[in-house]
Amino acid sequence: MVIGLPKAMLYYRYQILWETFFHELGFETVTSGDTNQKVLEDGVRYSIDESCLPSKIFMGHVHSLIGKCDYILIPRVVNYGYCKEVCVKFNALYDIVNNTFENVNILDYNLSVTQGEKEQKGFIKMGMILGKSPLRSLHAYKKAKKAQALHDTLKVKEQERILESEKLKLLIVSHPYITYDRFIGFPITEYIQRLGAIPIYADLINKKESLKRSEEISDSLYWLYNKELIGAIQLLEDKIDGIILLTAFPCGPDSLVNELILRKSKKLPTINIIVDELQGEAGLQTRIESFLDIIQQRLDQKEKIQKRIV
Amino acid sequence: MQKIISFPHIGNYYVPIEIFLKLIFPEHIILPSPKITKRTLELGSKYSPDFVCVPFKYNLGNYIEALENGATVLIQVCGGCRYGYYAEIQEKILKDLGYQFEFIKIGWGKFNPIKIYQLFRKTGASASFPTFIRYALLTIKMIEVLDSFESYIRENIGFEKKKNSLETLHQQFLSDLRTVRGFRQLSRLQSEYKSKLKTIKIEKPSDCLKIGIVGELYSLMEPFSSFFIEKELSKQQIQVRRFITVTFLLNKLKLDKKILKSAGSYLKYAIGADGTDSVEKSQLLAKQGYDGIIHMKPFGCTPEVNAMPILQKISNDYKIPILYFSFDSQTSETGVKTRLEAFYDMLLMRKEHEKCKQLI
Ligand code: SF4
Repeated sequence: MVIGLPKAMLYYRYQILWETFFHELGFETVTSGDTNQKVLEDGVRYSIDESCLPSKIFMGHVHSLIGKCDYILIPRVVNYGYCKEVCVKFNALYDIVNNTFENVNILDYNLSVTQGEKEQKGFIKMGMILGKSPLRSLHAYKKAKKAQALHDTLKVKEQERILESEKLKLLIVSHPYITYDRFIGFPITEYIQRLGAIPIYADLINKKESLKRSEEISDSLYWLYNKELIGAIQLLEDKIDGIILLTAFPCGPDSLVNELILRKSKKLPTINIIVDELQGEAGLQTRIESFLDIIQQRLDQKEKIQKRIV
Repeated sequence: MQKIISFPHIGNYYVPIEIFLKLIFPEHIILPSPKITKRTLELGSKYSPDFVCVPFKYNLGNYIEALENGATVLIQVCGGCRYGYYAEIQEKILKDLGYQFEFIKIGWGKFNPIKIYQLFRKTGASASFPTFIRYALLTIKMIEVLDSFESYIRENIGFEKKKNSLETLHQQFLSDLRTVRGFRQLSRLQSEYKSKLKTIKIEKPSDCLKIGIVGELYSLMEPFSSFFIEKELSKQQIQVRRFITVTFLLNKLKLDKKILKSAGSYLKYAIGADGTDSVEKSQLLAKQGYDGIIHMKPFGCTPEVNAMPILQKISNDYKIPILYFSFDSQTSETGVKTRLEAFYDMLLMRKEHEKCKQLI
């Protein structure tokens, strides 16, 4: 049996967890590959106009998996506990897909901790649907969980090393499904590198710590993913030179949270980039270039002042 | 020091809210924000983040106009979707603009009367806890009376024999409601207006056009934000049905599971905020033989966007037309009116067509 994993949305958070879990149970997995023009076009065609870009892209990935696997994995996520909600888009992906495509076979698990729907329970149920015993599923889940954690820690370590670099460093504050998407975030981080700067990723930090630190910017924010991201600003502030808030049109949570960041965290130069499906690259590149110039000037000035003091 | 307490608008609910605040803050002045006008929205949009949903902009405009009138305390109720997070940003924006005020944020999600009481205590409410609860219950009751009065009007105003009689009564009702301070007075008022409603002659043909309205709650409950669509429809002798009122929302706290169950053939899970209701109610309207449905929401409202693919499916399955509106601060009134007109013309023609078919 083959399980299809749409390479969009939560894939970027859970790739290892999902793959390990299914492999442990003896199933194959297949991903939908990188976002490309066709995936995007299909996504747009099968989405309501006003949906956010990542969710449109998600639909494109789901579409491309139909017929290539026995099940498509679409978890439903509401919260990870009290005041740890996620964007309501994740509440509905399962039902949206189910009502949009005629012939999809969805495998899902439900994550809503405040209602007693924990991740482990969801995975055991999933295993049972696939005909595996609860015990075996539990083992597979535990193993998968460990693998994901290990992977995450290594990534964080790797970035910590990069943070030591002398080059100009920009923190990309954005959801991983935006940052790493071939179509949205990738061209931007690639361009930054081409200009000789280093992108630092706000999702590659110790999430527990960043969650705590996020309260310094807001104590009433309750979107977990956004909290983790703004906590990263607090954690890395002294090691970076500028911040890029990267969001997709029209993202609900980000429209408010980014406004808050712009108003509350003023230490570093910050720009807000909003990407939509009609995005032209040229305009974006000019903005990034001039942003880097501003940062460079700032740094030069600082250096001058320091020299004078010395 | 005497404070001037203000709050944003939504429909006619300012009446019960104002009374509630007057009762618990007898020493302070209660000053609802000025009625929403174009200026309110312009002000709100000017200082809001770009693509935040439009209720945020209305609220912000309300606050600015209230502050201009001298308000020193502002109240925001948080809950639902993005709504829960409005307050913090609005406060920051207003403070950055240089206004000085106290901001009371009432959390709605975890509805905890003691916490809310403490919040009000801090702002200078002197009532004891039991009195506070009594006033809160009175307010809820008042909202129920208001909602049931207005829903009668909504369904009948297109069919009154003498034009404007319901509208006149509505205004009278609101001004009388403003004088209510106790349960007994309220129930007297309720029965008085019940009989007054009965005296107004209604001539409703049994086959009149019936349209149901679903969608996001602010768009539904604040008529200014939807260009008075309900009124437009009733002028055309259409019976308008809408489920979402504050009374409905208050009861919903207990109803969630049931709603999901009855939307069961379309939904496995709740899809966020009012999205689930929109699905369930649309199916209900379709089953009850309504001629059409109007779905309204602020532009980009995620829970309602979530509902839309499912509404499209219902529309196909039951062959019931649905008109979708998305409002933001740029929405043109003429655009809305033209689409609305085309929609009910189409429904009328469909209906005639059906009738002819039956004759043959
Ligand atoms: S957080 Fe924003 S980008 Fe992500 S799913 Fe929600 S609306 Fe879309």
